[in-house]
Amino acid sequence: MPSTYTLISSNVLSSSAASVTFSAIPSTYTDLMVRFSARLDRAVTDSTIQITTNVSGSVYSGIRLRGNGSTVSGAAQSGAASWEQNTINAATSQSNTFSSGELYIPSYLAATNKPASYFQVTEDNAGTAYILAIANLLSSTTAISSLSFGGYGFNFVSGSSFYLYGIKNS
Amino acid sequence: MPATYEPIATTTFSGSTSEVTFSSIAASWTDLRLTFVGTSASQALAIQFNSDTSTNYSKTVVRTDAGGPSSFRNSSLDRIIIASLNSTPLYVGTDIFSYASSSFKTVLIDEAQDQSGSGFVNRSVALWRSTSAITSIRLYGYSGSNITGTATLYGIKNA
Repeated sequence: MPSTYTLISSNVLSSSAASVTFSAIPSTYTDLMVRFSARLDRAVTDSTIQITTNVSGSVYSGIRLRGNGSTVSGAAQSGAASWEQNTINAATSQSNTFSSGELYIPSYLAATNKPASYFQVTEDNAGTAYILAIANLLSSTTAISSLSFGGYGFNFVSGSSFYLYGIKNS
Repeated sequence: MPATYEPIATTTFSGSTSEVTFSSIAASWTDLRLTFVGTSASQALAIQFNSDTSTNYSKTVVRTDAGGPSSFRNSSLDRIIIASLNSTPLYVGTDIFSYASSSFKTVLIDEAQDQSGSGFVNRSVALWRSTSAITSIRLYGYSGSNITGTATLYGIKNA
């Protein structure tokens, strides 16, 4: 029986970058997973990651569950041009601290709308910590062939890392 | 380092059946992971272990929908509901830890069911109060409606 969960590509930033893109994703897997550790240079405590694919248009939506240590909240996004996932560590949060997250996209080649699951944590030993789970949906029948992570006009700092894995079900 | 994360079995639901049973699961791995992506008429998607239909299951949920977050728990269930199916494709990942151990079995559930402005996201923990090793998993639509989608069972080794 073959093992799966194969590293397709990685990007560990040696200098700041406005985005990280995995392109030409092979169509040889069943599901995709991205695991990342990231921090933005925006001069606030926390900011937002934008995720897009090769599919453009107002086809991105999601619903978010988020706790910050004192309150829990829910929020929905629809008709957007990207999945907006917040909140990750930014420039004025605890130094040397990067948010950790995971994006799972099952059946990324399917000719149906595509659900995706996102989980991410942000901790800073202070008042700006978050744990969040997001259900995403890409309302498109187009296969996913690229994934891009952006910082809403700000940069991922050096040391941020992104790993793309492919998972086969047979 | 030995290979891990192996696909054990995959079932494609073509819309003409409402359940599948993964049987004869060997004790070769440390943990199991069951993934499902798909749709059906509105109904719950549930699992049972080793054909156990007694009230040996429980579950605690934290979730949100467009109306806001909530949390609840249910005890003495006869199955674990892992997702709420409808016509929008959903994803649910179910991690079953130490499935071959002689202790009760803990299950983590990650359900992503966005419906473009509505829907919900759930994170749940469940327990099967049995000391038996898990050798089969029944995955089924609770109302018996046919399902379209794919379910895969993976085995994960810790060494």
